[in-house]
Amino acid sequence: MSEQTIEEVTGEALLEPLPDDVDPGQGRTVFSAWHLVLLPLALVMVIPLVWMVVTSFETLNETRQFPPVLVPGSIRWQNYRDVLEQAPFARWFLNTLFVTVAVVIGNLVFCSLAGYAFARLKFFGRDVVFLLVLATLMIPFQVIMIPTFLIVRQLGLIDTLGALIVPNLAGAFGIFLLRQFFRTLPIELEEAARIDGASRLGILFKIVLPLSGPALATLAVITFMWTWNDFLWPLVTIYSSNNMTLQLGLTTFQGAHQSNTHLLMAATMMSMLPLLLLFFVAQRWFIRGIATTGLKG
Amino acid sequence: MNARRILQSEHVVGWAFAFPAVLLIVVFGIVPIVWSALMSFQRTNLLSTPEWIGLDNYRALSKDPLFKTSAIHAVIYAALFVPLSVGGGLFAAIALNRRVVGIRFYRIAVFVPVVASTIATAIMFLWLFDPYFGLANWALEKVGLGPFGFFTSPNGALYSIVVMTVWGWIGFNAIIYLAALQGVPQELLEAASIDGAKSWSIFRNVTLPLLGPATLFLVVFTSINAIQLFDEVYFLTGGGPGTATYVPVFYLFQLAFQQGIAGYAAAIAYVLLIVIMILTAIQLWVGKRMVYYAS
Repeated sequence: MSEQTIEEVTGEALLEPLPDDVDPGQGRTVFSAWHLVLLPLALVMVIPLVWMVVTSFETLNETRQFPPVLVPGSIRWQNYRDVLEQAPFARWFLNTLFVTVAVVIGNLVFCSLAGYAFARLKFFGRDVVFLLVLATLMIPFQVIMIPTFLIVRQLGLIDTLGALIVPNLAGAFGIFLLRQFFRTLPIELEEAARIDGASRLGILFKIVLPLSGPALATLAVITFMWTWNDFLWPLVTIYSSNNMTLQLGLTTFQGAHQSNTHLLMAATMMSMLPLLLLFFVAQRWFIRGIATTGLKG
Repeated sequence: MNARRILQSEHVVGWAFAFPAVLLIVVFGIVPIVWSALMSFQRTNLLSTPEWIGLDNYRALSKDPLFKTSAIHAVIYAALFVPLSVGGGLFAAIALNRRVVGIRFYRIAVFVPVVASTIATAIMFLWLFDPYFGLANWALEKVGLGPFGFFTSPNGALYSIVVMTVWGWIGFNAIIYLAALQGVPQELLEAASIDGAKSWSIFRNVTLPLLGPATLFLVVFTSINAIQLFDEVYFLTGGGPGTATYVPVFYLFQLAFQQGIAGYAAAIAYVLLIVIMILTAIQLWVGKRMVYYAS
């Protein structure tokens, strides 16, 4: 893939904030025919989520009615307490948090180092190795999971959180994202520091990374989401309830509580809460990260 | 002094920096790609010593009715999922690219499903599509339709999965399109409108062609996604009712991890890999032509 096509696909503009962020409130009309399109669209998109939240506060009896009870008689927080008591939910939550944080940190460190090397250093075999890294970018995990399972088993990691962490500590996406970003930084700063006798590691940590906040935040947020939501790999490698992540735990919880819809909705809501919060706090990094996924092509 | 110079050479520093990440990618990315290929020529069950059987797995695959069923389902699924999610994403992006009151809310509403995991989405839709107490059947009843079995219906399960996954992906596609729309030069649109072009005509003849690269990317990307369909099938239908929602990755998973027929499963994986490589090649090829066309 050539760099022209990459920019062609994503457009430079995606690294700019959406216009809405630039001048809020300017030039808006109070009513526009677009509301007639936007309102139904927004409703369709939020109904499944809103319905989950509503149901999570209902009683079992209220969920077993047709027509459905749209407004619960009272807000039953007890459902959330019941979930925490009936399943090792807190454990799954901590496992997921631990795995996700470890993977995010791993990616930030290792992809920064590698991204900088590929962006700025001329070392033996660099272009071939970079091409190899890029090649893995387009291979979906599903296609290679059988041998990956055998390798992880060989390492003795099956049914440990290590199985979820170690293989994901660095990835082609992060290396590529950071390399592209580092190349846009002015090289003069680095050259000046080199003349002053700074080491490469010093330059990376004291000059390059402080300028790379947007790219690092994007990588962190996207990696967080991927790891938090991953299901297939935990399904293949984790067997004990104690080592499960939330996604895997949710499926066992669903198996055990099929008819307790109210509890199931409360459990699902809790599993999504950290990501929802992160989304509201870091919306622009999510959007930038997804727009950058366009690079994956 | 000399040793110090070697340690500071770009070769050494470059490799030292790249090494941890490259090692991880080789061990958990490159090696499995090669190993998968080898396994697809073997009879192996993840435990015993593999036995070399040449093309036998691929021969058996070509005659396997369940693989054929899975492949057909994947094609049907992709044929619906790709146009609906890409078209839906374009539609949403155009609507969201307006400066109207409340646009922030509308954007959040469209984007937020992106952070919902496949399992959370599946649980939400299992409830929404519940045959007895679901909101969907209630709403459909109001307009004189249904009731439907959705995931439990042999004829409807696959389509129900389409609806659910389109819901989950529209936000993602809309973000890509929104970024592309903002790359459309304002001068072009203004020039066209001064020339008296109608807004539909401007959209068709100016905006849409400029969105070509984004569309190309999304069509290929969502097609590759469609081929990877697994979580929803595993969790919601287990391939059923009957074999109504068997798809290749689900079949592969069953063979490798539940029945221990890993070599055969690896052959399926390689067929999928080849399809994905062809799709990527098409993307690059069409992309190159498009770039030339534009310049």
